[in-house]
Amino acid sequence: MGQTLTRAAQWTSVSEGGQGKLEFTPLNEALLNEIIKFAEGFASKHQQEAQTVFRSPLTWETQIAPSAFSGAYEVSDNKAVSEAKAPDGQPLLVLEAAGGKNTVSVSSFDQLSAVLKYSGDKMREARACLEANRDPAAKILGDGYATIEGEDNSMLRLLEKVKKEEGQEEGETLQATMRLLVILQQFDMQLLNMSLQHISKEVRLTPAAVNSEVKLLQSFSGDDGDKTVLKSIQYTSDYEFNNGCRAPPWRQVHGDICYLVIKPHDTDLLSVSASTAGVYINGGFEKENFSDLKHEREGEIYKDLVTLLKEKSAVFAENIAKQDFTLREDETTANQYDIMESGDEGDGDNTHRTNEDAKKDSKEPQKAEKQKSNLKKTGKDRSPRKQPQPSLKWKNLGLGEEADEKKEEKDQIREGSAGKKEKKKVTVQESKGRVYPVIKGRKSKTPAQDQEDTFSESSTESEEEEESPDRRQEANSDLPSEYWQIQKLVKYLKGGNQTATIIALCSMRDFNLTQETCQLAIRDVGGLEVLINLLDTEEIKCKIGSLKILKEISHNAQIRRAIADLGGLQTMVKILKSPDKDLKCLAAETIANVAKFRRARRTVRQHGGIKKLVGLLDCAPLGSVPMTPEVEKDIEVARCGALALWSCSKSTKNKQAIRKAGGIPLLARLLKSSHENMLIPVVGTLQECASEQSYRLAIRTEGMIEDLVKNLHSENQVLQMHCASAIFKCAEEKETRDLVRQYGGLDPLVSLLDKSDNKELLAAATGAIWKCAISPENVERFQELKAIEKLVSLLQNQPEEVLVNVVGALGECAQEPQNRMSIRKAGGIPPLVNLLTGTNQSLLVNVTKAVGACATETENMTIIDRLDGVRLLWSLLKNQNPEVQASAAWAICPCIENAKDAGEMVRSFVGGLELIVSLLKSEHKEVLASVCAAIANIAKDEENLAVITDHGVVPMLAKLTNTTDDKLRRHLAEAIARCCMWGNNRVAFGEANAVAPLVRYLKSPDESVHRATAQALFQLSRDPENCITMHNAGVVKLLLDMVGSTDEALQEAAAGCIGNIRRLALANEKAKYP
Amino acid sequence: MAHIVAKKALAKLAETCYRQTHFTKQEVEGLLHVFRDLQTSKKGKDEMKMDRATFREVLHYTFAMTDDILMDRVFRAFDQDNDSYVSAQEWVQGLSVFLRGTMEEKMKYCFEVYDLNSDGYISREEMFSMLKNTLAKQPTEEDPDEGIKDLVEITLKKMDHDHDSRLSYSDYKTSVETEPLLLEVFGPCLPAAKQVHAFTATFSDTCTEWY
Repeated sequence: MGQTLTRAAQWTSVSEGGQGKLEFTPLNEALLNEIIKFAEGFASKHQQEAQTVFRSPLTWETQIAPSAFSGAYEVSDNKAVSEAKAPDGQPLLVLEAAGGKNTVSVSSFDQLSAVLKYSGDKMREARACLEANRDPAAKILGDGYATIEGEDNSMLRLLEKVKKEEGQEEGETLQATMRLLVILQQFDMQLLNMSLQHISKEVRLTPAAVNSEVKLLQSFSGDDGDKTVLKSIQYTSDYEFNNGCRAPPWRQVHGDICYLVIKPHDTDLLSVSASTAGVYINGGFEKENFSDLKHEREGEIYKDLVTLLKEKSAVFAENIAKQDFTLREDETTANQYDIMESGDEGDGDNTHRTNEDAKKDSKEPQKAEKQKSNLKKTGKDRSPRKQPQPSLKWKNLGLGEEADEKKEEKDQIREGSAGKKEKKKVTVQESKGRVYPVIKGRKSKTPAQDQEDTFSESSTESEEEEESPDRRQEANSDLPSEYWQIQKLVKYLKGGNQTATIIALCSMRDFNLTQETCQLAIRDVGGLEVLINLLDTEEIKCKIGSLKILKEISHNAQIRRAIADLGGLQTMVKILKSPDKDLKCLAAETIANVAKFRRARRTVRQHGGIKKLVGLLDCAPLGSVPMTPEVEKDIEVARCGALALWSCSKSTKNKQAIRKAGGIPLLARLLKSSHENMLIPVVGTLQECASEQSYRLAIRTEGMIEDLVKNLHSENQVLQMHCASAIFKCAEEKETRDLVRQYGGLDPLVSLLDKSDNKELLAAATGAIWKCAISPENVERFQELKAIEKLVSLLQNQPEEVLVNVVGALGECAQEPQNRMSIRKAGGIPPLVNLLTGTNQSLLVNVTKAVGACATETENMTIIDRLDGVRLLWSLLKNQNPEVQASAAWAICPCIENAKDAGEMVRSFVGGLELIVSLLKSEHKEVLASVCAAIANIAKDEENLAVITDHGVVPMLAKLTNTTDDKLRRHLAEAIARCCMWGNNRVAFGEANAVAPLVRYLKSPDESVHRATAQALFQLSRDPENCITMHNAGVVKLLLDMVGSTDEALQEAAAGCIGNIRRLALANEKAKYP
Repeated sequence: MAHIVAKKALAKLAETCYRQTHFTKQEVEGLLHVFRDLQTSKKGKDEMKMDRATFREVLHYTFAMTDDILMDRVFRAFDQDNDSYVSAQEWVQGLSVFLRGTMEEKMKYCFEVYDLNSDGYISREEMFSMLKNTLAKQPTEEDPDEGIKDLVEITLKKMDHDHDSRLSYSDYKTSVETEPLLLEVFGPCLPAAKQVHAFTATFSDTCTEWY
């Protein structure tokens, strides 16, 4: 342990006159624990060596009182002496208490372990002992064995000594000493190894490491959630001290390096401290101006940023694993790569990098190579950029500065000379001078504790909103004149009173606010802040003017985000309870525009916006009161409310909130309206919410289906689309499907199939038809309306969303024999088989189902066979998605049943049988059931049965017999019945314990299970052993009941089985009593 | 005794003029009562005539107006016969527009207020004098009036449809009809909804007290 103690253990520097102390670090703690274990166990493990007396005793100050000792010790008030003595008469343990200090001297391992046994705090004792005896080996074995750096030949010397004195009396003690030395050295080695492990785990962060990691992450940040890992990551301070730290000096003494504000794609802003001990989430900022950081650690310390972010942000973890995120800006990254390289060369500290980093790096060189060549090319073009001119980009999002900085940095790198630091500082100041408050715009009013509901979004959510890339105007393109005019107006907004503000607002509205240049110009000159601030004032006119502008420009995705970032939603939600109706309308409409992305919707909900919006819907029932301007206004308010709810209803939690706020009856009331611009948001909301079971029920019970059907006849395609889409979602339920038929909704749905130019409408209509076709009564009506032919004609040249629904509808229709014929006659089978080669999972599920349904007709099967459809189905068994697997296996069943030469066909698929048998290992019940059904069909062919038997189908089936799922039971029993036909499979099933569980199937409530089971038992009962098992499992009584069944197949099988059992019994009796 | 006579006189007056206003007869009586109360607090003045100072006080305290020019102009708009006093009748008729006017009436009234020299046009100079206090002075600017001039130009650009560098009533009307926010484009001269509500409550209350 000498080596370990000198090298690995962490000592504090020796203070005046005293001894060095062991630091309180995890490493030391682990070492001490190890040593304690060693010392305690020593006496029992190495009894002889434990008796060996130390050359000089280990002496240290202890906490143990003499009175703690008992047994083989002479204990007095201030002294404890062991009875065991060294050969020279010295006691092996002496503990003296003098002057408040207890000093203990120990001379053997035996006593050492005793001391540890009596001590209360072993760790402290061991620490004290080692601090007092920096080299225990020297004390124990003598100074000759003191730990020396470099080659240690004490071992050899000892060996020689032992040899020399062999046979002499002293030899024995020497041998013991040598053994002790060997043991100690082994232990030392062990300790060193362990400490190495510790050291490799714990790496202290350095500013350089943090900086390069941040730079790297910055280059992979951006708004595109698929391509980037983070939205943004930035330092809270731009000033970098000479040592590379960014934390203020009084925090640097605590080891802090810098603070970061990280914006992941999915969670709220993270405020992170990077310190030498690692990175951790801190308490965040008290105010939005980054002044009061709460330094307390919240949560665990992670070894680096990547690890922390992986833990905190699911999107980050996912994207960083994907590795196909693109660089945010090629040029900047090239430069970052340079920086990183130089940084790495500089300090050679690469250990902090995680595997991911390493991987990324390995990817980067080629890219960087390319970019470097680009860099040369673009170098000339870029020169105008350096001219100071207001940048249109990033400013308010707080990224402008960063980008600028990087650009400048790159220039530095290219010039690559001394004085880098100085220049950089200058740049920062420069950019500060012209960049509008960077930090101001980044306040987040959303409570941080709300991270957990990030994933509450519904499946209907359109993701395109989330990830629109932040478009940046070319910096060197000329600024449009509007830019300057808008800048001037914003100045008046800021510095003017109400009158000037109104004039400026009205004038601003004269610009083409639908144009992106103007929208971004407003943002870039700081207009958004002012407009949002105006909402907080008392002046209704200013609020109205401001909202009118916000409403227009919030059509832009970047503006939406900026509005949400600036806390505009909170204010607008407050405005919703204003008595002024115009104001309410405008606020609701603006919310409708802004709440197109997840975080905004959450903000609206968290600030009570849903309840207020639902409140807006509450206008007098339409038609019940005469139309006065007042009533019209109320209706307009309701319309705007519905518009906002429509946007908000894309989040699951908002759907619940709308329901809880009593929105459903109000929506139902508004649904009676005859105005399209009212109906569209109302139906849109309902359609969005219908993904929830509770809404589907409410839509049905509140009588909304009738209105939805009525509006299918509308002239407005958008309205028709939403109605069809609502029916699509609601028709999951049988009652709803019936209602749609009763209200005559099927006819308009079918007529919508003609509008093949509007794909969204088509997708919704075909979806509704698909779901409605689940009810056979509806299929009849579809037949009358010649829907099959129309659907078949839609099988080609349609987007996947439409195809999924069309094929789904055909699959449902094809359950009727007549429709199967219609599909064939309309030429639907070739395109269906063609679609089997697709990749869309939900499409494949539907296609396989439709093909399977068609295959039940022999004539159809001929076509499918000719088109090699079975092979395609078979290859889908290899699909990753269990639903596709199951659906393909189901489709294979009728194919085998109806194909000519099915056995030959199946054999022709190379590896096909092995594949299908291997699917019996699947964990999905549906896959298992479908595969069992397919196997039952395959096993009809004897040759194939032989092959699958060789592939081990019997034990695999037997293993499944314990299931309780009736569907699986039925098909499993069928498969077993079929598989019994080959060789000694019957016996094999018996041996695999498949028989007794099968008997239990007879107690299932499902008739079809009974039949299949009885057939399987009948087959199995041809083996006498199985008969005995069955009989023991009580099969006879159950089967006797089955004999009385009305199902002939069941009767026959049950009777046959009983017959077999009986025959065995008779034969047995005969043998006994001949 | 005098009290009852006065009461009867008020009722009679109310009877004659309530049809030309947006008020009910009772409300007119209430308004007249308020009018008289405002007068009686000033001793030794004619009961049925309100002078400029009193009227400005009303505008200031009840309707939160601050701009001197505009308050004077509002007084002039109320004082139809230009005798420097607002009579009881003028008071009721003025408040009818002030509190309950239709858009058309309000436009006429506002234009009258803004047309400082009553020549039927709002000129650049008139705009300038009305807008001169609207911008916070920026010490950095060389010409402190530059912003105001610019605002005037912006307003003209927006509202001067016949391009004669001044606003006629029809210019003004067209602009306000397309953008109602421009009604009080040169400064507040109508009470905000809150104050309307508060003031209506006072004379409706007196009404109920009266009967």
